[in-house]
Amino acid sequence: MLITCPYCGPRDLSEYTYQGDANRTRPDPASTDQAAWNVYVYERTNPAGDHREYWQHSGGCRAHLVVIRNTLTHEISEVSFARAELNHHAAPRRITGAKA
Amino acid sequence: MALYLRSLALLAYRFGIHSGNRQRDRMAEYSAFSLLKHAFNGNKGWKPAWRKPDPKPSYDVVIVGGGGHGLATAYYLAKEHGITNVAVVEKGWLGSGNIGRNTTIVRSNYLLPESIRFYDFSVKLWENLSHDLNYNVMFSQRGVLNLAHSPSQADDYIRRGNAMLHGGGDAEWLTPDQIAKEVPGLDLSGSARFPIVGGLMQRRAGTARHDAVAWGFARGADRRGVDIIENCEVTGFLRDGDRVTGVVTSRGEIRAKKVAVAVAGSTGRVMKLAGIERLPIESHVLQAFVSESLKPFVNCVVTFGAGHLYMSQSDKGGLVFGGDIDGYNTYAQRGNLPVVEDVMSEMVAMFPSLARIRLLRSWGGVMDMSMDGSPIITKGPLPGMYLNSGWCYGGFKATPASGWTFAWTIARDEPHPINAPFTLDRFNRGILIDEKGQGATPRLH
Repeated sequence: MLITCPYCGPRDLSEYTYQGDANRTRPDPASTDQAAWNVYVYERTNPAGDHREYWQHSGGCRAHLVVIRNTLTHEISEVSFARAELNHHAAPRRITGAKA
Repeated sequence: MALYLRSLALLAYRFGIHSGNRQRDRMAEYSAFSLLKHAFNGNKGWKPAWRKPDPKPSYDVVIVGGGGHGLATAYYLAKEHGITNVAVVEKGWLGSGNIGRNTTIVRSNYLLPESIRFYDFSVKLWENLSHDLNYNVMFSQRGVLNLAHSPSQADDYIRRGNAMLHGGGDAEWLTPDQIAKEVPGLDLSGSARFPIVGGLMQRRAGTARHDAVAWGFARGADRRGVDIIENCEVTGFLRDGDRVTGVVTSRGEIRAKKVAVAVAGSTGRVMKLAGIERLPIESHVLQAFVSESLKPFVNCVVTFGAGHLYMSQSDKGGLVFGGDIDGYNTYAQRGNLPVVEDVMSEMVAMFPSLARIRLLRSWGGVMDMSMDGSPIITKGPLPGMYLNSGWCYGGFKATPASGWTFAWTIARDEPHPINAPFTLDRFNRGILIDEKGQGATPRLH
């Protein structure tokens, strides 16, 4: 399996570290909604087909990536930087009283 | 006198001349006598080990998945609970999934009480399985030896050994000198990259012939009236509101009072057909390997503690071994090369003399990795449905106990105390059974 890093180009699987399912959204850290946390921590959609997942190019530029890969064929259709995704979510909440 | 009578009774039992139900139950179709009889008749009189029936319109229980666990469930439903109006529906041919893809190891060397109780029960069933099934599953209690490579790992293993003894199992700590006598090929030198400081041996553990396990359970279930329907893929579930009332298959609709799902790596796909979109399970691939045949080289199962490798030698002489899962979600029954390299390097670190041995075959199987590394054997999640999954890569050794407890759960609509801890809602309730303490990271279990 080759993953094409947006910085480094196509590199062997052995340079990458899998970081799991990217379909999950972390609840607000202040949330006490147990059901929402349970879904986030324990439940997976585990699709047979296209899967959004995190990889880190740990043996290369160390960038965190979002990869869309088919779990039946291992074919990769899309690779992008995970940090681009951060902009889609709300900015991290500042903890009250903490100094910047 | 009592001893004499007992040995006579045992002898009679062996040769199938006991009376009544027992005899019918045992069905000593395979014996030294029948082997001889059929040999004189040119071996023309053997019956197929199981029929190839067409599905009936309805059953009391339909089991989805004709692997080891599904077949064992059908067998124990018929044998222990008298429920024989049962169908096992299998997408491919019988035993085409993980029951024919594992490294055949049977053991119960666990740390947590729930796991020890469950897997030790399984070893006890294994000990009598060939006799029970009248089918030689070639269960060989050759022992499983976990090598420790540092003092802290030794402490950890000894703790586990004590837990096993405490739970009623067997465990033995071996020093390097004792290990040298038992497994001569190991690199026990102080200059080894990962020096061996000792090992935890479970003597009652061992290996079994995996295909024979599938065939033996299939035959046992079939002879008791269970329909085993191969090449019959489940494409949907029949519903009456929330309740599951049967399955839609490639060979038509089959109604059932109870539908049990035991499909291992395909759990996610099958449960989606019932509208269950999320489960505490990820599917991963595990690779296994067989070398060319060697003369007797290693007489127990040996595991490498400085990485992850388990190896034994088959009766044909091939070394059978495997290591970690590949570590990414997949439903493909094939893996990638980094794990192959990793496994081979660990094997050579352990046995330097194997450096030039040739690999004969390698293959992959899809593992249903749960969030705490322990299985799920439960009623639900929908009314009329029963779920058996989350076996990670330890399902083979559990085959008899999994079938036995799942059959109990289906027949009585409540779990047996042995499988009661292995619920689906234990994750939400915070009562996980996490042997390795890895948390909700399936690729690390």
